[in-house]
Amino acid sequence: MQDLGSGMLRKGCFILATAGLLLFSVGPFGWEVLTSIKPSSEIAQSPVVYVPSRVTFEHYVALFARRDFGGYLVNSAVVSSLATLLCMIAGMLAAYALAKLNIPGSPLFLVIVLAVALVPPIILLIPLYEMMRWADWINHRGALVLPYAALNLPFATLVLRAFFRQIPQDLLEAARIDGFTRVGILFKIIVPLSAPALATTAILVFVFCWNEFIFALTFITTDAYKTIPVGIAGLSGVTSPYEIPWGLISAAAVTGTLPLIVLVLIFQRRIVQGLTAGALKG
Amino acid sequence: MGKLPDHGFGLLLLLPALVLVSLMVLYPLARNVHLSFYEKDLHSGLESRFAGWYNYQRLGHDSRFFTSFFNTVFFTGVSVSIELLLGLGFALVLNASFPARGAIRAMALIPWALPTAVMAMAWTWIYNDVYGVLNDVLLRLGIIDEGVAWLGTPSAARWAVIFADVWKTTPFVSIILLAGLQSIPADLCEAIRIDGAKAVQGFRLVTLPLLLPSMVVALLFRTVHAFGIFDLIYVLTGGGPGGATETVSVYVYYNLFRYLDFGYAAALVVATFLVLLLVAILTYLPMLKREVELG
Repeated sequence: MQDLGSGMLRKGCFILATAGLLLFSVGPFGWEVLTSIKPSSEIAQSPVVYVPSRVTFEHYVALFARRDFGGYLVNSAVVSSLATLLCMIAGMLAAYALAKLNIPGSPLFLVIVLAVALVPPIILLIPLYEMMRWADWINHRGALVLPYAALNLPFATLVLRAFFRQIPQDLLEAARIDGFTRVGILFKIIVPLSAPALATTAILVFVFCWNEFIFALTFITTDAYKTIPVGIAGLSGVTSPYEIPWGLISAAAVTGTLPLIVLVLIFQRRIVQGLTAGALKG
Repeated sequence: MGKLPDHGFGLLLLLPALVLVSLMVLYPLARNVHLSFYEKDLHSGLESRFAGWYNYQRLGHDSRFFTSFFNTVFFTGVSVSIELLLGLGFALVLNASFPARGAIRAMALIPWALPTAVMAMAWTWIYNDVYGVLNDVLLRLGIIDEGVAWLGTPSAARWAVIFADVWKTTPFVSIILLAGLQSIPADLCEAIRIDGAKAVQGFRLVTLPLLLPSMVVALLFRTVHAFGIFDLIYVLTGGGPGGATETVSVYVYYNLFRYLDFGYAAALVVATFLVLLLVAILTYLPMLKREVELG
């Protein structure tokens, strides 16, 4: 009987902990969603309105009526896709070399990779800003694509290397005897075998690129090329300097983060695997 | 290409990665150190003029630098500690088997995936002193008697920033620890239970020691990244009120784009981050390399 009681108690505690975890994780975003569908008159209200009198999409309509917002989405998508592509190509080649080919000094390369994975972007900001000015790349998408690809390269290389190492060496030897070239082995054997790993890594790199802030804030100054994080962070003064348009901002936050939430919900298992394999990105 | 020996071909494959990293990471690191010995500001007409140790001497008298350094250490120490503890709790919950575990794991990941700058806007709304939902909830629960200006008073703002960071990065810590938990063999826990250990004892004697390597990895990456925190603070408080939440990264940014003082900003970066990075790398490299070899 005592056992049953303590079992129930444990179960209760567990359910409570899970509920707390869910509230913690989803609460702040849920509040954005709720704010974004409230009529304006019920947003800046004290006491706070928890159940809106009606659901409205006026903030979303206002958001997309602003010419620049659709542009932020496009810019984020273009920059993140290009950077992810570049990062995956360079990362895949490097991971193949480090995992499957005998390179003199490959421990040294690993050390470099690990060290680069630890670099906070602020360290690179000043010289990169000088470089982008020199190359006349301020307000040019390349100014984001190249640094994003480079900063995520260590992560991509480490994750892919971990996955490539699981492919048995015998298989590659056999392929070689069958007349495959080394390039053929990479593209006809390793790539198809590790397609899930490649997808996982690409998703993670894409998320990191989509979320980057300080380079996007510094290297892009015209509205036409701004990305989602910088664009939304700049929305606070758009309607008037005295009033912050919370409905509009909430609608923007929900729209700008929706692609990521969809990715997470679909690829949760993969993301956990990839993060663990790389164990590197904060 | 077929005639190249394996290692030559391997080096060829490394080339694109090496070029990208050299250009975008290694050169900037070196240039930062170089620039820190030059005066490049409005006085010099934004031309570089050799200045020796001048920028570093300035640093010694700059009380705003020391304040921001202290703020950064406080922020990093407190938020990383909370994240490790809370992340451990989350990992234990997410490791148990229960219905809809996949869905709950996915939801637990959401904060990590969202852009910090965008969610910082959301937090300014939640923390709003008059209409904010946080004050409303705390008032209803009777925890506070009147609304707190979360972003308006120095001590409250420090904690507001820390909480927003804990929210954002605890999922990352819990994923790393969850992976560590899953690698602990189940029969080991079983064996110690048969030996008569209580759940708490088993946790302390078996789980925690075996989880230590994962905790070190999480600790290292969180510490270095928290030390460089910029976006959350820039959007949430701008470093205010009165510099109470200004971290070194934010101060560096202001030196660049408000005061156009490139040389001094470079010296700030070298003094704070390169030193931190070197210490971190030298301390943890053996351990990290082992992790990678195993992975």
